[in-house]
Amino acid sequence: MTFLKNEKKIILSLVDAPKSYVDGEIAEKISVFFKRKVLIDFISIPLEKFLNPIRDQYNSTEILKYFIFNHPIENEDKNCLIVRKDLFIPILTFVFGEAHLNGNYCIVSTHRLCERFYKRVPDTKIFRKRLLKEIVHELGHTFGLTHCINDLCVMHNSFTIEDTDRKKEYFCEECFSELDDLL
Amino acid sequence: MDKKNASILIVDDEIIVRESMKNWLEEEGYLVFVAENGDEALSVLGKKEFDLVFLDIKMPGIDGIEVLKKIKSIYPFIDVVMMTAYASIGSAVEAMKIGAYDYLTKPFDPEYLSMLVKKIISHRSLEKENVKLKERLESALKQVHIVGESDGIKKVLKAVEDVAPTDVSVLITGESGTGKEMVARAIHYSSLRRFEPLVVVSCGSLPEGLIESELFGYERGAFTGALYKKKGKFEAANGGTLFLDEIGELTPKMQVDLLRVLQEKEICRIGSNKTMKVDFRVISATNRDLKKMVEEKTFREDLFYRLNVYNIHIPPLRERKEDIPLLVEHFIKQLKRRMGKEIEGITPQALKKLMKYPWPGNVRELENAVERAFVVAHGKLITTEDFSFLGDRNPELEIPSGISLSELEKIHIEKVLEECDYNISQAAKILDIDRTTLYNKMKKYDISKK
Repeated sequence: MTFLKNEKKIILSLVDAPKSYVDGEIAEKISVFFKRKVLIDFISIPLEKFLNPIRDQYNSTEILKYFIFNHPIENEDKNCLIVRKDLFIPILTFVFGEAHLNGNYCIVSTHRLCERFYKRVPDTKIFRKRLLKEIVHELGHTFGLTHCINDLCVMHNSFTIEDTDRKKEYFCEECFSELDDLL
Repeated sequence: MDKKNASILIVDDEIIVRESMKNWLEEEGYLVFVAENGDEALSVLGKKEFDLVFLDIKMPGIDGIEVLKKIKSIYPFIDVVMMTAYASIGSAVEAMKIGAYDYLTKPFDPEYLSMLVKKIISHRSLEKENVKLKERLESALKQVHIVGESDGIKKVLKAVEDVAPTDVSVLITGESGTGKEMVARAIHYSSLRRFEPLVVVSCGSLPEGLIESELFGYERGAFTGALYKKKGKFEAANGGTLFLDEIGELTPKMQVDLLRVLQEKEICRIGSNKTMKVDFRVISATNRDLKKMVEEKTFREDLFYRLNVYNIHIPPLRERKEDIPLLVEHFIKQLKRRMGKEIEGITPQALKKLMKYPWPGNVRELENAVERAFVVAHGKLITTEDFSFLGDRNPELEIPSGISLSELEKIHIEKVLEECDYNISQAAKILDIDRTTLYNKMKKYDISKK
């Protein structure tokens, strides 16, 4: 594919998560949307350091800081950290993910993407679809996109899993055009 | 005011709060500045104009309440939201009396934070700006992408432009697949309610036993299985737009309930005796003939008139075939971005085939057909062969059941004449009859150029 001439990469860094979470269709679609090669990496992070025992959640901002310090990236690659723990940022009750706007790093939690969290029967297809949307959303921020008011656009904010399920895995016309300018 | 032009100042002594809030609100698209204490905040406020200030109550040195008093005396038009921990609720109440817009208890619910900021910014925009509808409409149409230049679609766009800034109920009619939901979205995104939720309810797919709980919500323990309290669709749409798709499928009981909600603008969750006020705009859609349903008494007349204050009818694709090339181009562009396949367009022959097809499933069927062809196409252009599946089940070629031979002859002659634009010689040649015979048959079947 000609668009993959871009040498900059997107790295999907899995923490205690299997490759099957993101390989195949997920990696391919991310590559198509952002016109970059996608690499899958496995990394180890002492997540327990970032556990807030009162909230029983993990501080995503601190995890990202630790990760950036220990995994400096080259060539303006974008790195998306994928963890299975429930994340929060101090001011909010929970987050599906966090990103550095116009930066190179983001993080996505799979914790609330699984049907099991909602006391329903786990479904791999649904889980992967949600994970793709959350990764694309957070990566979109690293490329400079902000939240979109169109509730079908992947850049629409998700406050609940229903928001994630409703939106598409790709960008609306306007965000796609903006992304084209940014790429 | 575009939210990208809205400025927010966060004042908190804790760096982690400043950082994470800044990050969160920047993702929402706002311009965000921070200050770590009251003095710095007042200094920043003196240099730059702000729309909203988030102010921590407990800070070393000059505390939040004092800063609030100063802000309100110097910059009375800036909205201030106080931030507090559970321990200092009393101070938050005091702050409200001084003039704070609201207060947030840490940690915030992300949805509430986002809605609160949107509410404040959009209210300010209404007060401050003379919003230009035309620009907003263009932006809305970019969002939903209604494609076409036919008279039919121009009429629809004009109707969207006329009705969007009002709050009247809109009934969108049209065959299945014509894009009724897209039109509803265009109205919502170009209305004053565009920063509030658009809640879509597909009346046809709501399970009979769940309709009430889905629409009205319920309290915990309201019925077996109600483990948590849940907001219903009416409540979720508060402030925004409620889009009722397939309204013709609504049960008689729900028609009564809906009418009551629309009249009284209040709801009551199942299992609760407290009513709450709701404010939403209603847009409904149907592919059925509601007027006929009213005559047949399967749809309430009073509800029909309440929903049908303004009607927008979307013509079927076969009546606006001139839009097909634009639509195909649009779908190919979208698919290229989504699938990353290097396809540049469509051959003229393939396009001709699409122009001839009657599209009973309208734009949705066209979109699916283009996607299917896009997937199988090998070259730079989509060819007629890539659309071979259309030929296999071309409805034009299907013979309706229970039809007489003479009726079939009439249909076929009409079809050939239309294809030849009523060129008699050409049609006679295709039908393999002489021109006189064709004239006689046209007279017999009362066929003339429309």
